[in-house]
Parts: sequence; C-alpha cells; structure tokens
Amino acid sequence: MVYGYNGRLLEVDLSTSSVKEVELNEDTLRMYIGGRGLATKILWDRFGRRWDSIDPLGEENLLLLLTGPLTGYYPGARICVSGKSPQSNGVIGSTVSSEFPVELRCAGYDGIVVTGRAEKPVYISIFNDEVDIRDASVIWGKRGRETLAYLVKDWVDRYGWRPGRGLLKEPGVLYIGPAGEKMVRTAVVMSKWTHAAGYGGYGAVMGSKNLKAIVAKGTNPLPEVKDIAETERLIREVWKTHLGFNNLRYRGTSAGFLSVAAATSSEPVRNWQEEWHDRIEASTAYYEARLWVKRFWGDFGCAITCLKIACIRSGRFRGCITDNPDYEMQAYLGSNLGIFDPDSVVYICSQADELGLCGIQTGNVLGFAAELYEKGILDESDIGFPLRWGDTEAFAKLMHMIAYRDGIGDILAEGTYRAAKIISSKKGVDALRYAVQVKGVAVGAHGIRSGLDYTMETSYACSTQAGDHTSVANIPLRSGRVDLRESGALFADSAVLCAFNSFSVEGELVFRLLDSVTGFGITMDDWYNVYVPRILSIQRALLLIGGPDAYWEPIKDDDNPPRFYEPLPSGFKAKAVVDRGKFENLRREYFESLGWDERGIPRLDTLVKLGLMDVADELKRRGLLG
Amino acid sequence: MYVPGLEVPHLCTQCVDYPCVNSCPFKALSIDENTGAVRVDKEKCTGCGKCIEACPGAVPFIHPRDGYAVICDLCGGDPECVKVCEEVGYNALILVKLEKPRLDFDILKKGYARKPIDVTKDLSILLYGEEVV
Repeated sequence: MVYGYNGRLLEVDLSTSSVKEVELNEDTLRMYIGGRGLATKILWDRFGRRWDSIDPLGEENLLLLLTGPLTGYYPGARICVSGKSPQSNGVIGSTVSSEFPVELRCAGYDGIVVTGRAEKPVYISIFNDEVDIRDASVIWGKRGRETLAYLVKDWVDRYGWRPGRGLLKEPGVLYIGPAGEKMVRTAVVMSKWTHAAGYGGYGAVMGSKNLKAIVAKGTNPLPEVKDIAETERLIREVWKTHLGFNNLRYRGTSAGFLSVAAATSSEPVRNWQEEWHDRIEASTAYYEARLWVKRFWGDFGCAITCLKIACIRSGRFRGCITDNPDYEMQAYLGSNLGIFDPDSVVYICSQADELGLCGIQTGNVLGFAAELYEKGILDESDIGFPLRWGDTEAFAKLMHMIAYRDGIGDILAEGTYRAAKIISSKKGVDALRYAVQVKGVAVGAHGIRSGLDYTMETSYACSTQAGDHTSVANIPLRSGRVDLRESGALFADSAVLCAFNSFSVEGELVFRLLDSVTGFGITMDDWYNVYVPRILSIQRALLLIGGPDAYWEPIKDDDNPPRFYEPLPSGFKAKAVVDRGKFENLRREYFESLGWDERGIPRLDTLVKLGLMDVADELKRRGLLG
Repeated sequence: MYVPGLEVPHLCTQCVDYPCVNSCPFKALSIDENTGAVRVDKEKCTGCGKCIEACPGAVPFIHPRDGYAVICDLCGGDPECVKVCEEVGYNALILVKLEKPRLDFDILKKGYARKPIDVTKDLSILLYGEEVV
C-alpha cells in the first residue's frame, strides 16, 4: 500500500483508441515523488536511447499529465504537464492550477499518459472508472471559451444529474485553443478561462495528437494518507501562515508592472532594449479601480487568492475579460511591446487566452518581430501592416496570424529561436542577436542586468528548464524554503503544488507534510543532496541529447542571450551589464554544486552515487561523458 | 463631486519622492520623521499653490480664510478620520504603522495618488459600466 498515491496511471493510446492502467511501483515513487520528477523518469525509461530521434510533434511523443502526493492536500492544487518539449527538445515540467488534478486523483488515477495520434479530433472523458474517447469534431477550431462551454454543457447533460445524489459540480477540463491545433510552438494547455501551462509548448503536443480536451470528474475521496491527524494539523498550520501573507491577496502579482520596472529595473521594455520605466498609469491602482471586478478568488483550497478578474466595461475593448493580468503578462504583452495602458494590456491578454497562446513566449516573439521591423530587417511587405511599438491592434492582429499560421505568422509560430533562424537564413542577417531566449525558450520577465531582482547571472543560462522564470538556477542551491530556485521549484513541480503557496511557509513544514502524507521519510537534506541532483541530472542529460531539429552544445548554449551583454541604456541602473567573467565563475560553481563537471555534464561518480548507471552508459555512448 | 452620488475620499499617500516638498519655493513644507506625513509651516507659506500643481493627486488645498496650503498631517499620528470610520463600523480606513522604507512598495504607494476626477471616472465605469463624458 502506497500512502498518498492511487498507485496507477491511466494510459490512453489514441492510435488504437485503447485505454489501460499502468501500475506505479513504490520504489519509483519514492525516488521521483511525482510530477516533473516522475515525468523525467517515465520519459527516460521509454525513450532513453532513442531520445534524439523522437519528434516532439510526432506520433511517438508522450503527453504526460501528472499529479504528485501533495496535490489536493496542500492548499493550491496543480497538475504538471510534460513530455518532450517542442521548444527546448528536453523535458520541461509545466504546471497549471485548477480543480482538474483533484478530480483526477478522486477518479482514482495519479496521472494520464497519452500516446499515439488520433485519426480525427477527439477528447477524453473520465468519470471515475469510465474512460471514453469521444469525438471532438464539433469543437475543433473553436476558441477557448466556446470549447469550455460546450464541454461543460455536454458533460452536465450526460452525468450532471445523478439519481439520488443531486447535481454534481462541473468537471475539471484541460483544453487547447486554435493555436494548439495548428501546432504553434508557443501554444499552451489551458484550464478554466485563463489558467495555462505555458512553458514547453505542450499545447502543440496535444494538438499534434488531435486531442482537443480532457474532461475529468471523480467522486471518490483523495488517496489515503499515512497519518491523517498529523496531516490535518499541518494543513491548518500552512493555512495559518497563508492568512498572514497579504501582498498577493491584495494586489496579485500585478504590482510588478510598476515596481519591477521602477524599483529593480528588470522589466522587458521594447524587446529588452530597456529594462526601466516609471509609468505611474501602469500601477495596480489603475487596474484595481477601473478593471478588477472579482478581487478575492482562489481555486480549490487556496488561501493566497492572487487571482483577480479584470473586465473592461467601456471603450473600444469593451467586454474583454481576463485574469489579473499577472506580472509576466503585463510585462510581456505590455511593456515588452511598448504598451502601458491597462485597458490595452487586458485586451491583448484576453486574446491570448482565447487563442490558447502563451503570453510569455508569444509576447517575446511579438517583441522580436517588432524590433526587426524597427531595425528594418522585416518591412511592411513581409508583415502586411506597420508594426510599431505600442500599437495594440497591430500586435493583436499579428497574434491571430501566429495562432492560425497566416503569412508571417507561420514563421513566428515556430517560437523566437526557430523564427530567428528562419529569418536569418531568408534575409541573410544575424537575427539571433535580437532573440532573447535560452535554448529555444524565451526568458521570463525578470532581467538579470540590474542585479536587483531575484534572478542572477546564471538563472536562465544554466537552468534545465531553459528560460523558465519559475525554476531559476540560482546559487546557493539551498534555501530554507520551497521558492523559485531550481531546487525548490523542482519540489513544487514534483510534489505538484503551487509555488506561490509555499513562499510564506517554512520548508521544514512542507517536508513534514509530505512525510505525514506518504510516510517516505524524506527530509530536506535528502532532497537537496540526493533528489535534486538525481532528477536534474536526467533532465540535463535529455536536454543535451536534444534533437531532432535542435541540438544544444554544453558550454556554447549555456549562455545568456546576446541582449544581456549590452549595457542598459536608461534608468537608475544605466550602463549595468552582465559581466562575462563573473558569469562564467558562477556557472562553474553552479554545475559543481550539482556534481556536474565544468561543461555541465553529470560526472561519472555523481551518476554512480545516485544510481543512474543507465544515464552514464547513454552519455558515454554519445561521447558526452569524458 | 463630479458625478452626483460618487464621492471619493481623497487623501495624501506620502509619495516616496515628495514632489510637493521639493516644489515649495519658500521651504514651508517638511516631512514629519515619526509619521512620514507632510507638515506645513503656516508662517512661511504664502499660498502660491505650487504644491497643488506638483501633487500627482492634487491633494493640498488653500485654506479659504487664512490663505495657506493644507495637507493631511495625519493629526500627528492619530488621525480623526480613521477614528470616525472605525466608530461607525465601516473600517474602510485603517491606520498602518510606518515601516522601514522598501523601494518596491513605496513606488506602488505613489500609484494611488490620483486626481479626484480620475478616481471618479474609474469608479463610475466600475459601478455603472459607462465612462463619464
């Protein structure tokens, strides 16, 4: 009996429309916990030797939707979406909050493995043990909100009314928008109206499998825990700390739009040409007073309630609804495109939600295109209309073109890195120097040049999740909390909980909760000394193997984008720049702290100590291990 | 009251950079060390109105009889308006302690310094869904 888990995954083969259950053995769970850790393990076991021949958007790739032991118990439930990423060609664990993971666990599964490709559009419907693969041709091509409305209505018609039990609450739904169907590499897996698993581009993987949505509902209890009284007490303790954490409750992360730019000088402005502005009209006060209609909103069990609902009541964008928008959206779909007006930011965010595009990745590629237009590399005949900084309608139009792969949108839909390569070869210029990305993934909206933000020189360059801002490679590896350092974020993605819900909580408390749920007895020391190097080593190995359309070289690609070596032109941190010598020292130190050599390849003794002999063999076969 | 029925409270937010204090040509304004509020020296003030122009929220006003600028001084640390609000039971106004300055939050504070007409406009959109023309 494994406590805290259902102990089985649902495996759906879309090619043959067959469904089976896969038992999880206890040792695997003990060693890899769940979520990102388990995803890495599953992908390594299934593909390991032929990783470089797996096309991320091909039939063979897996789509993994995994929960962890703390999902549903810890306040703030999330699900980890993973597979071979079409952006970095490695493994990226991308999490999204909603009730879906709780429903899935209540239905009796710890996760879903989707393989193969359906002949025609389908969606998967799960109701406890009943698993159907249903026709989705009605909703194929529909936008987010229509899709969600159809799926929920259809589900309620079928299952909603249970004789003797009354009306059930609506199910959890994961779906993709039109962008995912067109296999746009910046597409996301969406949940509810506005939640998205952004990094990694798994919307495209889902679209490549002709899978429009997954609907799940469970009516059983969550899996049994080891010590129920202790778990209850610890959850209460976690809640108590959450109630004192007011900043996110009152302002969400939208406070960043002004404060990250004006106080820490690390916000992308016009494709990272600047990182500073002090536009007061971009501050929370304007969102709060004009746009937010629902200020305190949380998903299942969440006491942090950072989500605010914004609705435009008047003017040309009347009727647009989106969440918050949170800081990353405000930065990438706002200041990165030269837009500072709250209404315009809400409009462009709501369009991204509807189309199923990642705000960060798409915002980055839009800013990249606008800079090429500014520099004269792309002109009006390429794009079809002028693309000037701050022109909301033009950017919204280009976003539609990306989602439907129209005109230049077909190139930009490949993501910043691949688009830069295509444009470079077409125009005969080096467009890669304007692309602010690391290993195919656009960097998060926290710059490293000023040195005042939580990120540091190695944050994006050395992260196994490439440009991910929620899993940054900071030194030291260890901190007392489950925070956004790679080691903490790995825990949040593996036990699958919301990182925002763990900022205010002592790390020890979270590990005690994990212990009382699973009984594995994992301590914080174990986590940093064994689990982090183990999971990251496999993730790093898969990232370096890469393929088939992009390969990364150990030192050359473990570098910051060229933009970060240009001095900042404005603000109180003007002339600040990433020092290459300091960066290289930090990089070496970071790799050393994980037991990797100076090229970032896991050392043989480290791999032997962690029991990863098969990884060592594979790296040796490829000539990576010296 | 720019729109009938929409009356907004209009208070000094104590900006980080104190534009009013810096704008005063007669050095009549100063910052209270204990509360962070702006104090006006009645003797020095000539009522020129430079501070009203400088304030992002147009908070100061000229005393109708004595002709000097009036800015909220937090009643020396124990504001009467908060007391009244608590007494009536709305608790819309609360007294927060002056903490060690933090750059990121202090900049946010300035975002709340807004002209009454702007606040009224936004409030009308939120309540009635229409913009005031």
